[in-house]
Amino acid sequence: MQNNLNELTTQVRRDILRMVHKVNSGHPGGSLGCAEFMVVLYNEIMNRKKEFDMNGLNEDLFFLSNGHISPVFYSVLARSGYFPIDELNTFRLLNSRLQGHPTTHEGLPGIRIASGSLGQGLSVAIGAAEAKKLNNDSSLIYVLMGDGELQEGQNWEAIMYASAKKIDNLIATVDLNGKQIDGATDDVLPMGSIKGKFEAFGWDVIEIENGNNIEDITKGLLNSKSLSGKKKPVCILLKTMMGNGVDFMMHTHAWHGKAPNDEQLASALSQNKETLGDY
Amino acid sequence: MKEYTYTEKKDTRSGFGAGLAELGRKNPNVVALCADLIGSLKMNKFIEENPSRFFQVGIAEANMMGIAAGLTIGGKIPFTGTFANFSTGRVYDQIRQSIAYSGKNVKICASHAGVTLGEDGATHQILEDIGLMKMLPGMVVINTCDYNQTKAATIAIADYVGPVYLRFGRPAVPVFTPEDQVFEIGKAVKLVEGSDVTIIATGHLVWEALEASKVLNKQGISSEVINIHTIKPLDEKAIIDSVSKTGCVVTAEEHNFLGGLGESVARVLVKSKPVPQEFVATNDTFGESGTPKQLMDKYEINSQSIIDLSLKVIKRKKN
Repeated sequence: MQNNLNELTTQVRRDILRMVHKVNSGHPGGSLGCAEFMVVLYNEIMNRKKEFDMNGLNEDLFFLSNGHISPVFYSVLARSGYFPIDELNTFRLLNSRLQGHPTTHEGLPGIRIASGSLGQGLSVAIGAAEAKKLNNDSSLIYVLMGDGELQEGQNWEAIMYASAKKIDNLIATVDLNGKQIDGATDDVLPMGSIKGKFEAFGWDVIEIENGNNIEDITKGLLNSKSLSGKKKPVCILLKTMMGNGVDFMMHTHAWHGKAPNDEQLASALSQNKETLGDY
Repeated sequence: MKEYTYTEKKDTRSGFGAGLAELGRKNPNVVALCADLIGSLKMNKFIEENPSRFFQVGIAEANMMGIAAGLTIGGKIPFTGTFANFSTGRVYDQIRQSIAYSGKNVKICASHAGVTLGEDGATHQILEDIGLMKMLPGMVVINTCDYNQTKAATIAIADYVGPVYLRFGRPAVPVFTPEDQVFEIGKAVKLVEGSDVTIIATGHLVWEALEASKVLNKQGISSEVINIHTIKPLDEKAIIDSVSKTGCVVTAEEHNFLGGLGESVARVLVKSKPVPQEFVATNDTFGESGTPKQLMDKYEINSQSIIDLSLKVIKRKKN
């Protein structure tokens, strides 16, 4: 199983790199950093129906709040069977369902909300969690947010609400890569202890120290599931490496929103050999 | 001409509250959210009867809009309630991305619109909300004129699938539309037949238009009064048919002339049936503290302005 997930992750990385290279735009850094997490979530954790329907009754739902990491979302959705893998070829092109940032507007299966303007996904996830409670549906809601995104005030309205209203069918993951467009989060706007803040707001917090390790991610997610249903929302602090898996994209914020050129792509792909077949 | 009378005055927001309560009884998917203004929005009855379907979000309108969007995923029909200012300008991007662009079935219900909110002043008196909301692709924009119509509209929008902005107000105003009316989204209501001038009004200005029509009639001027409760989609045929007969139009609204009903009507006419038009609306300004009556008089959004501009626009007609 572990091997399969490693192979899938490598293929997802190739998808991300090839997608952004082709259109010379998009966000490879955060996408690569969350590849392992998204692969584990969709393949090992979420209880999903094969066919997509918007209401998603009696299945776990996922919301991507930091919509700019759409390449990893699209790759994982396609390779989970939501739409043809070949369609990854249309990323950011005119008339594509794979818009620069995810949207429901073009009817791409697997997407339940538009995101890209930051700070809105957690509120939407809370609404979906409330709907599950009203429907007596015991499935879970997952949402992924960026750490820089926590600078948006709406998140703190939502964080306050979730604990006050005991939204305990919600697992919110923060991609803690410490970077945003203008640099390190600690330089742009230091946020202090994110763990301390979530705890002060009444959340259970789980830390995944190596957020690019499939075993650690699996353990952390299983642990978070076991904490659900206990009258508290659950937060996962996922410590990732932006640009993970491509040596020159790591340890810098430079690849947040920049595509590799031909040479750089070749180098990046040589570090991630084809496993399950390119689109 | 047909004369309208009333036996009582009631606030349109109470019509919303009554409609919401009725929806609570007949549609189990209807849920309501409020940002700390339950009493002002008259949501008490719904909450009392359906406590598990009500979400008090506190003073956090952005979060409320997001939660409402999320509730639709799972088949709920959320009605959000707060003042018009906090329902639109404060949360424009949340509505734009999470509701309008995402095509979510959220009903944004906005009270205390316009200057008739009164003494609280300009911070709370939004005169730009119709413009903000009608610019969003796919957003239906409704501005009701009295208690009965607001109640009927509240019930009707639950059956429409898609985002809706429902605008109403604070003060008690004459109740003159039928209690048993069927509210049809996008369908203008002709209140008075006339031949010299068309008066197209929305919201609180509809009653003012009827008052103006009576006075004009005494002066020998026949005015046609149309209640446009739905600003988007606009009943273009009703507008064109009427001005084809009268040859001129006055639009009336409690809103800035920029972005309001008048501009929507002008767009229709300039393309299909260019005729002189005058605008009863606020003139690119903020409001201020005062009583609703004082403010409507000062900002010239009342029956007298409709009369004055009707006389003016009739003179502009080419004979």
